Amino acid sequence: MEKVYAAGIGQTPVGEHWDKSLSNLSSAAIQLALNNSATLHVDALYAGNMLASSASQQANLGTLIADNAGLTGVETFTAEAGEASGAAALRMGYIAVHSGLVRTALVVGVEKYTDAVGPEMAAETASGLDYDFEAMYGLTPEAQAGLLTARYLHTFNPPREALGAVSVLAHKNAVGNPKAMYRRAISPERYAAAGLPGDGLNMYDIAPYADGAAALLLTSDKKIAEATGGGLIELLASQSAVDALALHDRPDALAFSAVTASVHKALARARVEWAQVDLFELWDAFSIYGILSVEACGLAARGEGWRWLAEIDHSPAGDMPLVTMGGNKARGFPIGAAGVYQAVEAVVQLRGEAGENQVPGAKIALVQSMGGPASNVFTHIFARS
Amino acid sequence: MEIPRHWRLQKQRYALVGEECPHCSAKIFPARDVCPECGGEAKEPFRFSGRGSVYSYTVMNNAPAGFEKTLPYTIALVKLDEGPTVTAQLTDLNDEEVQIGMPVEMVTRRIKEDGDERGMLIYGYKFRPVMG
Amino acid sequence: MNKEKGSLLLRPNRPVGIVGYGAYVPQYRLPAVEIAQVWGMSEKSVPIKEKAVPGLDEDTVTMGIEAARNALKRAGIDPKELRAVWTGSESHPYAVKPSSTIIAEAIGASSHIQAADMEFACKAGTEAMIMAIGLVGSGMGDYALALGVDTAQGKPGDALEYTAAAGGAAFVIGPAEESAVEIISAYSFVTDTPDFWRRAYQHYPEHGQRFTGEPAYFKHVSTAAQTMMDESGTTAADYTYAVFHQPNAKFPKRVAKSLGFSEDQIRTGLLSPVIGNTYAGASPVGLTAILDEAQPGDRVLMVSYGSGAGSDALDLRVTERINAVRAKAPKTADYITRRVEIDYATYARYRGKLQMR
Repeated sequence: MEKVYAAGIGQTPVGEHWDKSLSNLSSAAIQLALNNSATLHVDALYAGNMLASSASQQANLGTLIADNAGLTGVETFTAEAGEASGAAALRMGYIAVHSGLVRTALVVGVEKYTDAVGPEMAAETASGLDYDFEAMYGLTPEAQAGLLTARYLHTFNPPREALGAVSVLAHKNAVGNPKAMYRRAISPERYAAAGLPGDGLNMYDIAPYADGAAALLLTSDKKIAEATGGGLIELLASQSAVDALALHDRPDALAFSAVTASVHKALARARVEWAQVDLFELWDAFSIYGILSVEACGLAARGEGWRWLAEIDHSPAGDMPLVTMGGNKARGFPIGAAGVYQAVEAVVQLRGEAGENQVPGAKIALVQSMGGPASNVFTHIFARS
Repeated sequence: MEIPRHWRLQKQRYALVGEECPHCSAKIFPARDVCPECGGEAKEPFRFSGRGSVYSYTVMNNAPAGFEKTLPYTIALVKLDEGPTVTAQLTDLNDEEVQIGMPVEMVTRRIKEDGDERGMLIYGYKFRPVMG
Repeated sequence: MNKEKGSLLLRPNRPVGIVGYGAYVPQYRLPAVEIAQVWGMSEKSVPIKEKAVPGLDEDTVTMGIEAARNALKRAGIDPKELRAVWTGSESHPYAVKPSSTIIAEAIGASSHIQAADMEFACKAGTEAMIMAIGLVGSGMGDYALALGVDTAQGKPGDALEYTAAAGGAAFVIGPAEESAVEIISAYSFVTDTPDFWRRAYQHYPEHGQRFTGEPAYFKHVSTAAQTMMDESGTTAADYTYAVFHQPNAKFPKRVAKSLGFSEDQIRTGLLSPVIGNTYAGASPVGLTAILDEAQPGDRVLMVSYGSGAGSDALDLRVTERINAVRAKAPKTADYITRRVEIDYATYARYRGKLQMR
């Protein structure tokens, strides 16, 4: 079993790239990652993507990406796990390199949300749900978050405006991230003014779908990893867990049990405790997911997640930094690519290259990605040696 | 045209026909190959009464394709009296506000068309506040 | 043909009756004055108070399913025992593919059934009832389900827009000894009379204005009712209740009077003032309202009318079983009092009158 090191990163800005295709975006990220690394040789490329097959009518995406990026001689395929596809590709890269069967793997997350427009795209993003029994009745990811929010408010009675804490933090951090989609801070008053529906979400509770590509080179070759600069960054753990796909099939929809399972396995594997984690890139596709995640991770008691998020300092210099580069909410949410963006952001932090968003002395970063409402959850732990 | 896909699920959708596990008597909806309670093979059809209560709900103002004409609509998690929870739209609401815990009953309504005005009509379960 | 008295009546070999009945009316109501305001017509001369409008997710099939479920609850039979599901309507959702098969599937009927759709304007439902009488009465099967349901479309600005409404009823026809209502006999009077029609691919029907009165509605309803009574040896006095097809409030009152019926006899079954004309559901839903209060021994005359044209008359007698059966499903009045008022704009949206593409 080989150690797995991060040895090159690249990311395009996140946004509505009307003029760029899946090929354009992925090859830009790949170029950046290869230029950033000390090697140009790649054995395998694992693509993470959710929508290309249906929204862009493009299957066999890994082959298209490799071909377009001029990577001859690689093996490739696409990993799909709903919105966590990027994290699934990262897991695939980890398994390949850790097993010793692949020396250098390029993990590429790419998503083109803007190849088509209209209600067809809303149907596309609902494809991660149970089609026959959730999507068929008109449910969407946003509606799932609405259902969870209404139930959470009913059960625990937090002040509604407190649910915006991660969104406010994300926007603040995005100001310092040149790759972010929305680089403007919002105040808690602005969050509240956007509406506080008791049975649903306001616009700041919803991470904006967007286009983007991010790439991360993984290798077992320590020399190459060291030569990249910024210190030796190791991918210490990669763990995944699932829950019932449909929200209605879970005994306790607010429990996010796959988060609990995934994070415990990862911490155990990495032999790390929460107290040692310097930053947590949690999955903020919707405000309620951040709240339920921190409860499921054991960082706050059931029903107290909102308070932990609202009352503790989570800025880069704070007690437990979260969404340090803007998260899905403000950096933007390139769906199947998001998991790789999170990993790249963690590496940026551990290298000390995060500029005004730098978490001082960051050594251990925990990254969590999910498909759907924690239907499929991936936890990765990076550490600087 | 997704004809076979919808045809397969007609009984389940029209009348909330699920399964009863012959091993542990758990009531299952929708029908599954493996009982989620005991892991045994589940196959006996079971017709649910259609009675349940609202576990959670949300009002949708952005619809996926096929549902735009019916906006805004309310979608809910409904806990059936017999145990399972289903996702379904609430219908026949008037100005009365939906409450979590509200008792509801199943009705069979038009869900959508398959594609456009030439496509097959898809009927299925929705829930309304209990009548009377 | 044998000219013996009674020979024109349809009487099956084995006595049959209504084992279970059920109705459905949607909750939305459009007051007639709303229509008058939009079209600049006099609010004083509206023909009814208000009509029932189906919701966006309702149609003849969905309403038929609920009416059928109510009928089955009252009948207390296993739906798999039905040998026919026949739906009469002029607003079947498919021009080709029977509503009856969808309704049959939804209510849990077996595959051993007849299931074509009927069309005869507003008498399509009673046609289905008479066919069911034939199936059960001949011994070919023990139970048959007959439905009359419509989501009638009114041409905007036309007089019929005031009354074209949605609703329906279902009847499980079975052996008389199991019935809550015995069917004594039936009789139909049919001619080729073009009073109201809709050509294929046209959205709205055409009608013959005042021609729809005497030569159409009145001639057929009167002839069917009078023939039924002559052949049966009865007069209006023999009936506790009467229900006629009710395109508005005036026509049924006038024909009732001409046949010797009082306002009291027709009051319970006359629902068009508050739900409009539910077309193939009209006299059937009226009948269910009567059955919701009728007592054992009461005799009921039901006469439908369908444009094109014809009338079906049914001579019914309520049995001892009615009180036990009645309580098993919602009453028609429960649906009528379930009322959400809408305006013309909402009505136009719900009835698909706004061109979206």
